[in-house]
Amino acid sequence: MDFFDRFAVPHPSFLIYASMVGIGLTMVAIVLGITYFKKWGYLWREWITTVDHKRIGIMYLLVALLMLFRGGVDAIMMRYQLSMPDNKFLESQHYNEVFTTHGVVMILFMAMPFITFFFNYLIPLQIGARDVAFPRLNALSFWLFFMGMGLFNISFIVGGSPDAGWTSYFPLANNEFSPSVGTNYYMIAIQIAGMGTLISGINFITTILKMRAPGMKLMKMPMFTWSAFIANVIVVFAFPVLTVLLAMGTMDRLFGTNFFTTGDGGMDMLWANLFWVWGHPEVYILILPAFGLYSEIISTFARRNLYGYKSMVASMVVISVFSFLVWTHHFFTMGQGAFTNSIFSITTMAIAIPTGVKIFNWLFTLWKGKIVFTTPMLYSMLFIPLFTLGGVTGVMLAMSAADYQYHNTMFLVAHFHNVIIPGVVYAMIAGLTFYWPKMFGFMLNERIGKWTAWIMSVGFVLAFIPMYITGLDGQARRMYTYSESTGFSMLNMVAFIGAGIMAISFALLVYNIYYSIRYASRDIGSDPWDARSLEWATHTPVPEYNFAITPQVASTQGFWDAKKNGHELFKGKYEKIHMPNNSGWPFILGCIFFVFGFAMVFSIWPLAIVTLIGILVCLVYRSFEKDHGRYISVEEIEETEAKLRGVKNEDR
Amino acid sequence: MKMKVKWALLTMIFTIATVLTGCEPLLVLDPKGPQAKTQADDIMLSILLMSGIVIAVLAILVYVLVKYRASNQRDDYEPPHIEGSPLVEAICIGIPIVIVIFLSFVSVKSNYEVEATPAGYEDTKPLVVYASSSNWKWHFSYPEEGIETVNYLYIPAGRAIEFKLYSYGPITSFWIPQLGGQKYAMADMVTTLHLAADNPGEFVGRNANFSGAGFAENTFDVTAMSQTDFDEWVEEVHETAEPLTEEKFEELLEPGHLGRSTYTGTHLEFAPAPEHNHGSTDSEMDHSEHENHDSNHSDEESDHSHH
Repeated sequence: MDFFDRFAVPHPSFLIYASMVGIGLTMVAIVLGITYFKKWGYLWREWITTVDHKRIGIMYLLVALLMLFRGGVDAIMMRYQLSMPDNKFLESQHYNEVFTTHGVVMILFMAMPFITFFFNYLIPLQIGARDVAFPRLNALSFWLFFMGMGLFNISFIVGGSPDAGWTSYFPLANNEFSPSVGTNYYMIAIQIAGMGTLISGINFITTILKMRAPGMKLMKMPMFTWSAFIANVIVVFAFPVLTVLLAMGTMDRLFGTNFFTTGDGGMDMLWANLFWVWGHPEVYILILPAFGLYSEIISTFARRNLYGYKSMVASMVVISVFSFLVWTHHFFTMGQGAFTNSIFSITTMAIAIPTGVKIFNWLFTLWKGKIVFTTPMLYSMLFIPLFTLGGVTGVMLAMSAADYQYHNTMFLVAHFHNVIIPGVVYAMIAGLTFYWPKMFGFMLNERIGKWTAWIMSVGFVLAFIPMYITGLDGQARRMYTYSESTGFSMLNMVAFIGAGIMAISFALLVYNIYYSIRYASRDIGSDPWDARSLEWATHTPVPEYNFAITPQVASTQGFWDAKKNGHELFKGKYEKIHMPNNSGWPFILGCIFFVFGFAMVFSIWPLAIVTLIGILVCLVYRSFEKDHGRYISVEEIEETEAKLRGVKNEDR
Repeated sequence: MKMKVKWALLTMIFTIATVLTGCEPLLVLDPKGPQAKTQADDIMLSILLMSGIVIAVLAILVYVLVKYRASNQRDDYEPPHIEGSPLVEAICIGIPIVIVIFLSFVSVKSNYEVEATPAGYEDTKPLVVYASSSNWKWHFSYPEEGIETVNYLYIPAGRAIEFKLYSYGPITSFWIPQLGGQKYAMADMVTTLHLAADNPGEFVGRNANFSGAGFAENTFDVTAMSQTDFDEWVEEVHETAEPLTEEKFEELLEPGHLGRSTYTGTHLEFAPAPEHNHGSTDSEMDHSEHENHDSNHSDEESDHSHH
């Protein structure tokens, strides 16, 4: 029995047991459902083994939505715990686990897959390619990410969740102060998922550099592709830091090395520094693609080309460089002195300049436009003022002397939610609504969509503006409780109500999906928004080869030229198309990584060694595997195209 | 309808902000010492400036949205193709640059203020207090007075205080909002925080950096009093308190929460603070310049000191 004791949750509570039962029942229901409807074969052939960028994208989307739910439940629990002084809903240990997982899940397992979904789905379509540069590697990226996500998420029912904060600062995260396996999960699960992200970064950079349609010069790429390109360059520079950092953290915890210990030559500040050398660029990895999506949406619904294309690109390049020069602002209070703080204070404020340029360019895109208020546009228009508010509080935080008072308080929490929610989350939902018809052939309901946007914004304001105030009143972040005498209770209650309203808006989003599946018209053609870039030039649903004939473009908005200026996108006749074969190996390798990670978390060495050998075998096998892909014949293309065109004609 | 909701939203923000800030002053904006005053002034200045920016962006946004809505335009209106204008974009870059330069100037000036002896008390001899944290308590050692307290801090008002911060355990952050901003206390080095209280009074202090299960209650009380009262208190402690022994200190370090307690002697005598050559006596500026070169040496030093 001793062997199994380690898997028990160290600080069990009713909520954890209830979730265990809930998760168990859901799993059983899913397995029974798939068996009953005889979908195992379909699942394996069409999804698990797929190398199609569109399907991989949709799987990222599913994970993101699932994790949005989990992170959201964590958020509601925290807000409820703090809504009243001396609340007994969560005890300190459980609260610490909840805010740790909330941070990790929302950043790494919600926001990251959400943007990766857009990278996957949109980049090849926007540049007129048939798939990404390395389709099989792309599948491996997904399965590594998925298994990392899975490993992290089982922590709270097997062995205990991490509880040292999403930043996991040493020495708090070392074995002495965090003895449970929770922090092992943090180190290893994020490592596995992070490898997936790093691999996709390389994949997308190659795709964008090598696979653009003829005529699409770098300065003729759609703005989302530009933002994705820069974000992935940041991934390739920033994620290796995380990889090394987590490896060092793992070795400190499992093998007794002294990278971050407080004696024996170790240095705890090194963790904080390296963490933010990755962590700060990470937030730009999230926000730049969001900016790209807003650029697409605003230009489409202002019915105008994007104002200041060149300065948009330049500003992103500048942001990507500066994102590596500001990490110290996360700990101005570490005692590095006035000189160092002054330098990082100035570089941090400097980032406001290129960001300001983007805001102005969006405003000028609206100028002289013909603005249509669709749901994606509404999110974008709510984004501008709310994000500006978050941006200027960022400038306030950048003033390092004043930061001594903001640091570690709810003011900071309010600030980063104020940039991440209107900045990233709104962009994700706006982009999802915008591209939904491209993916699934029907639109989400506009009326419900607009209500969702407004309710979400009211909830957002109520949930986070009060935190600015309590922060200035001395409420530190990560406190699981406070006493009546502090006077924080009323504003925290407002924040809880706001969080509740946001929860309602997300429920409404889910309802909208259900409603639209049932009632929305399927007769929408392939360009329901009257959009501008290449992804709308192909059929809906998108055939697996994306474009029957490779498009030829002459400007940043190829499809718009074709519609308005008579530019001919598709010249020539059908030729056979080379496509990659599906493969189960990425999934199998992912599964082995999962078991390897699990063995490492619990220090089960024989299993770790066996799975490590398994991983190597898979890699060697792949090196010798001969798989030249397959061809789609001209007849087959003609048939598919005729069918897709036929469907459209019939519907019209 | 949309505009109505929008205005309702905005009114709500401002109502919340004004009503709730109006109740009683927020701690950080109610400074009781020169450092906190510098910080509060910076905060108010930046709030004003930033409000201007937010309002300007909002005004432009509302204007273009109303003016260029499709429903306000002819059906056959075709928006023009405009690439961008170097002049307009130069202005869009120029205005933020001016604002950032101005704020940088303020920021750098304040940095040197908060990292130096508090303004107005340069002539006083600073009182040195070693503040060390352990899970989840604060130990205050007064080496010159030869006393030590747990979880409460008495300081003379009208005199510069030099806090030497370090930690037995996780990184913590020493924070007395009304006297000035926080600074980290870490296990392998000593950081310095300069504060001063203008007048006698009572303040709350806490650890602001998450340090595990007992973090929420990791607080301490601060009392500022006249120099005479402070001297009397020191004398009284010497007459009444028990001496701090090594065993007693080990006991105090055990994880948990404790009430207030007072001792004669300090733990520095048998457990010195992790001070290295750099950063302890030099000014902060020298410290930061040396840091990169010194860090390797200091590692070696800590190596030696631990063996």
